[in-house]
Amino acid sequence: MSTGTEHQAAPPSALAARTSTAPQATAGSGRKGMAHAAGRVRPKANLKLRFARDRSLVFMVLPAVVLLGIFAYIPMLGNVVAFQDYSPYVGIPESPWVGLENFARVFADGDFWLAVKNTLTITAFQLLFFFPIPIALAMLLNSLVNPGLRAVIQSVVYLPHFFSWVLVVSVFQQIFGGAGLLNQALRANGWQPVDIMTNPDTFLFLLTSQAVWKDAGWGIIVFLAALSAIDPAQYEAAAVDGAGRWKRIWHVTLPGLRSVIVLLLILRLGDSLTVGFEQMILQRDAVGAQASEVLDTFVYFTGVQNGDWSYAAAAGLVKGVVSLALILAANKIAHVFGESGVYSK
Amino acid sequence: MSVFSSNNSLTARPSRLRRQPGSRPQRPSWDEEPGAAAKAGKAVVLAVVVLAVLGPLYTIVLTSFSSQATITQAGGLVLVPGEMSLSAYQQILSGGVVTRAVLVSVGVTATGTALSMVVSVLCAYGLSRPGSFAHTPLLFTLLVTMFFSAGIIPAYLLVSGLGLINTYWALILPSCISVFNIIILRGFFMGIDRGILDSARIDGASEWRTLTQIVLPMSKAVTAVIALFYGVGYWNAFFNAVLYINDSSMNPLQVVLRSYVLQGVSVAGQVDVGSGAAAGPALQMAVIVLAMVPILIVYPFVQKHFTKGVMIGAVKG
Repeated sequence: MSTGTEHQAAPPSALAARTSTAPQATAGSGRKGMAHAAGRVRPKANLKLRFARDRSLVFMVLPAVVLLGIFAYIPMLGNVVAFQDYSPYVGIPESPWVGLENFARVFADGDFWLAVKNTLTITAFQLLFFFPIPIALAMLLNSLVNPGLRAVIQSVVYLPHFFSWVLVVSVFQQIFGGAGLLNQALRANGWQPVDIMTNPDTFLFLLTSQAVWKDAGWGIIVFLAALSAIDPAQYEAAAVDGAGRWKRIWHVTLPGLRSVIVLLLILRLGDSLTVGFEQMILQRDAVGAQASEVLDTFVYFTGVQNGDWSYAAAAGLVKGVVSLALILAANKIAHVFGESGVYSK
Repeated sequence: MSVFSSNNSLTARPSRLRRQPGSRPQRPSWDEEPGAAAKAGKAVVLAVVVLAVLGPLYTIVLTSFSSQATITQAGGLVLVPGEMSLSAYQQILSGGVVTRAVLVSVGVTATGTALSMVVSVLCAYGLSRPGSFAHTPLLFTLLVTMFFSAGIIPAYLLVSGLGLINTYWALILPSCISVFNIIILRGFFMGIDRGILDSARIDGASEWRTLTQIVLPMSKAVTAVIALFYGVGYWNAFFNAVLYINDSSMNPLQVVLRSYVLQGVSVAGQVDVGSGAAAGPALQMAVIVLAMVPILIVYPFVQKHFTKGVMIGAVKG
């Protein structure tokens, strides 16, 4: 809290040395002089003085705060429609209040629970089959001795992260779709074509493969950074003590990755209720709602498509509140286990 | 309150950068040489990974440049280069739905990225000095939005209440700032040597001048990376357009890509079908390639700047 206000002597750099010859002219007059005086004042001592000193900084932050105020905070307040029978023709002020009626309807709705079930299934499945892949891939890349080769592979595997979901699904369509490359090859050899893109039974695998193709490569970036932070002396000491390759991975590498793994697990758990919204919207026509309905799509289709605004807002609010609770809880657990978590006080 | 203590990892590279420049990397003496089987296993896994990423892109790009005859002969996607043709691109870029969508996407991406960067850089710099006036409440205002998002319905009601439905602003303003990006920028600005900033202040430079003439020139790498994050975000945005744009003539490229490739709308049906029209698959692939091209163009620069960002960090450290 205090470091920013104390304008302590700069380290002897060329710039500082040059300025030492003529600082009085500027520092002695006007607001700048005040600013430096304020540096010695206790931070809370004089709000007016601090504002005068920092007002350009405050003005710089304002555009972002205004945008967030409009597009993040006003919608938070807009969630009051969840407690109304909202009609777009009369607006929020005139719409009748109905208390918790919408929530009661949501919790009694089988479609809502289907969306919850699909969402949680997909999250659990991806935790099992997506989450470990970047870790393994990062360890594999880190074991390559040739840095040129490593850089080339990194460039390749990061790339799909920058593609849109429309593009990723389109690419899958071209390879695995009815007229795609795979079925083209199967037919050419006289085999039966397989149905991958429109099969609800295997949709979970399809979704996860798409997520892996798009983001598993990008996911390694954090783990590579963590791996590079492990002191090589630890490996050397372990090797000298007779630890083989696998034992070094178990006793040095994995402990070194632990806090990053915990951090990402927390983030993923906090995001449990958010899965591949665009992926679902894009493939809903192909596989049907039964397999692809998740909480976000449920909110979108009941609200924006069917015009049941208050009902959809109630479902969305439930999702938002539960997500918030999840991330706070996950962070708490991390603290209990002595990890720093997503945020710390 | 520190959030995402690991955010610098976004610009980090593996340990090879820690080695002395110029020295040839080699296996440390205590590390035993892996056996032939282990080496072969690694090579196979990595080859499969690289092929899985590049293979599909290869055949899609190749098909988009192939002539009708080659595509018919291959039975769909082309794996072996045959007769080449630019007719698919000529057809979709000679006016019509795809051309207009490309222009919309380029305009939204350029305007949006510029606006996002100005707002984000200012905000990140304004918050880069803990202890400044209202620093903690302002930072808190930003961070809260990372943990609780209002949801689709109120966001839609707001955008519609502001009269932004069917305007390009609906594709820009709601997604204009990413708090995550601001936090990364802020982290970098906070790492800049205080001595340099203090001496600028002693020289009489205002905060604005310090930012534009000292801080930004020192932060080219990280600002490039963040600009790319924003640019890619705008270019790839799809759902915003589905939600806020009902006028199909205003659709960005991603929406058009969806209708042609995933919803099976015939490309040729929307474009003037002249003689010698390209084959359907080639047209579809050409639209996919168009959606990919800007990313393929800027991507090498991301890579370069990742490295540079770390080098600056290493020199500082």
